[in-house]
Amino acid sequence: MFAKRFSALPGFRLTMGFTAFYLSMLVLIPIAALFLRAFEMSWHDFFKVVTTDRALAAYRLTFGASFVAAIANAVFGTILAWVLVRYDFPGKRFIDALVDFPFALPTAVAGLTLSNLFAGNGWLGQWLVPMGIKGAFTPLGVVIALTFVGMPFAVRTLQPVLENLDRGVEEVAATLGAGRYRTFINIIAPTLMPSIITGFALSFARAVGEYGSIVFISGNKPFHTEIAPQLIVFKLDEYDYHGATAIAVVLLIISFIILALINYLEMWSREFQRQ
Amino acid sequence: MPGYLKSKRPGASTASMRGTEESPFFKWLLISIALLFAVVFLLLPLINVFAQALSKGWMVYWRALSDPDSLAAIRLTLLVAAISVPLNVLFGLASAWAIAKFSFRGKSLLNTLIDLPFSVSPVVAGLMYVLLFGLQGHFGQWLNEHDIKIIFAVPGIVLATLFVTFPFVARELVPVMESTGSEQEQAALTLGANGWQTFWRVTLPSVKWGLIYGVILCNARAMGEFGAVSVVSGHISGMTDTMPLRVEKLYNEYNSAAAFATASLLALLALLTLGIKTLLEWNQAREYARAQSARTLAEPGAAFVAPPQQSTP
Repeated sequence: MFAKRFSALPGFRLTMGFTAFYLSMLVLIPIAALFLRAFEMSWHDFFKVVTTDRALAAYRLTFGASFVAAIANAVFGTILAWVLVRYDFPGKRFIDALVDFPFALPTAVAGLTLSNLFAGNGWLGQWLVPMGIKGAFTPLGVVIALTFVGMPFAVRTLQPVLENLDRGVEEVAATLGAGRYRTFINIIAPTLMPSIITGFALSFARAVGEYGSIVFISGNKPFHTEIAPQLIVFKLDEYDYHGATAIAVVLLIISFIILALINYLEMWSREFQRQ
Repeated sequence: MPGYLKSKRPGASTASMRGTEESPFFKWLLISIALLFAVVFLLLPLINVFAQALSKGWMVYWRALSDPDSLAAIRLTLLVAAISVPLNVLFGLASAWAIAKFSFRGKSLLNTLIDLPFSVSPVVAGLMYVLLFGLQGHFGQWLNEHDIKIIFAVPGIVLATLFVTFPFVARELVPVMESTGSEQEQAALTLGANGWQTFWRVTLPSVKWGLIYGVILCNARAMGEFGAVSVVSGHISGMTDTMPLRVEKLYNEYNSAAAFATASLLALLALLTLGIKTLLEWNQAREYARAQSARTLAEPGAAFVAPPQQSTP
């Protein structure tokens, strides 16, 4: 399948051979093993396992919370990216460098510190909990953790596009009499939209698979704050391998669909930038 | 009064900018929202880790870290990273060489397959290895007969870590190698260098920044992975607990100070990673600016025919 056409350089067979071998051993064979195990089940059993009330509640929370978190990142991430590119203020470079912090921080530490912050005696929780905003051991906590882990994707997708935005167009709009608000709605927003949507999709995809931070902040109550990966772990702990595999296959197929969608979005947004 | 005008915020008061800037009120409103978001979701979580870790004083902090189980977790985390990072570097170099220097059918498919682990939930990744090597797994019976332990042991943890950090190095290297092209390698080969010499002396130096970037990201994830490792580890204290798993165990035992103490080491690792990453980016921006100014200093028009700038060794 991977036959080369022509190049003067040596080493194609060695490097491609190693690449194919390593990829098969670590990624392709394990994924195949998962699907093989799922095929051992009858279609009827499979369907029953993946549509129990508990599983449905877990999907709802996983995708619902991921969606809300991705929306929050699309809104606040866009504002943050805009402010970092367009304005000067003290501490700007520090904040800019810190945007990657959720990406570099192990998710377990993120979950630990966020649940502590939003718990009743935490720095934020002591103000928020009396106001009725409970950020720990609730679905809201899941949203908070997923917003945290997805944020760098939203900001970093938009930032380079904002930096390369041609300000001449905005000046022309101003010269022609458009107010700032109108310029933003008619000129800037349409240009940024593909990147904002791509950032939204990336942060959503990151959130759907997240597990580490949720363990700490959700409290892991079935039907209430249990996400789909937690249900897999629960079934594994009960040695219910088929049940765990079935849920995993559902998650995996959905991740693949999201991946294909993101590839399409990125292609679209690159085309859009070129025009 | 031009001097007086300049000493105010540049651009804010000149008439020509009025149409392309927001009103000061709106501008500061946006900055406040962005800062509030950044403080709640970036700064406070970071400071909180260290504040909680030291909340009971340095003695408790030190005792939590020098606990034998914690020390074993630190050792295991370092060991796992020391095995998985070099393997993924080797894979990254090999796949980038094949993808960037040659044209072949199925290249975009290969690129997609390399990115695949990013879109697989870590828990699902761990489960895959359990299904292959666990007692109930495809090879479980055979492994058990030959007394080889992979799941609930160090090899399983390494495998799970390899999977989740799989794309990092390759993903950084492929675009860098593609952008440098293969003219320099061809020149080296024409001048009599063999393949390995060309790789070590020409290719590797030209991609070193991308490589370092990939390595630090890969390392941060390898040391911090939780979900995949949690599924395959078995959580045996002092044996198969990595640092993130140790954090969870201490947290579940309501030993918050000790959990935060271990977590603070991981947060330091994240800060170190961020620091190196930021330095690399500033370095690249500086080199780019230098190359740009060298171009404009040359006589007008010459920029189009000027030979490529010798990159600093």
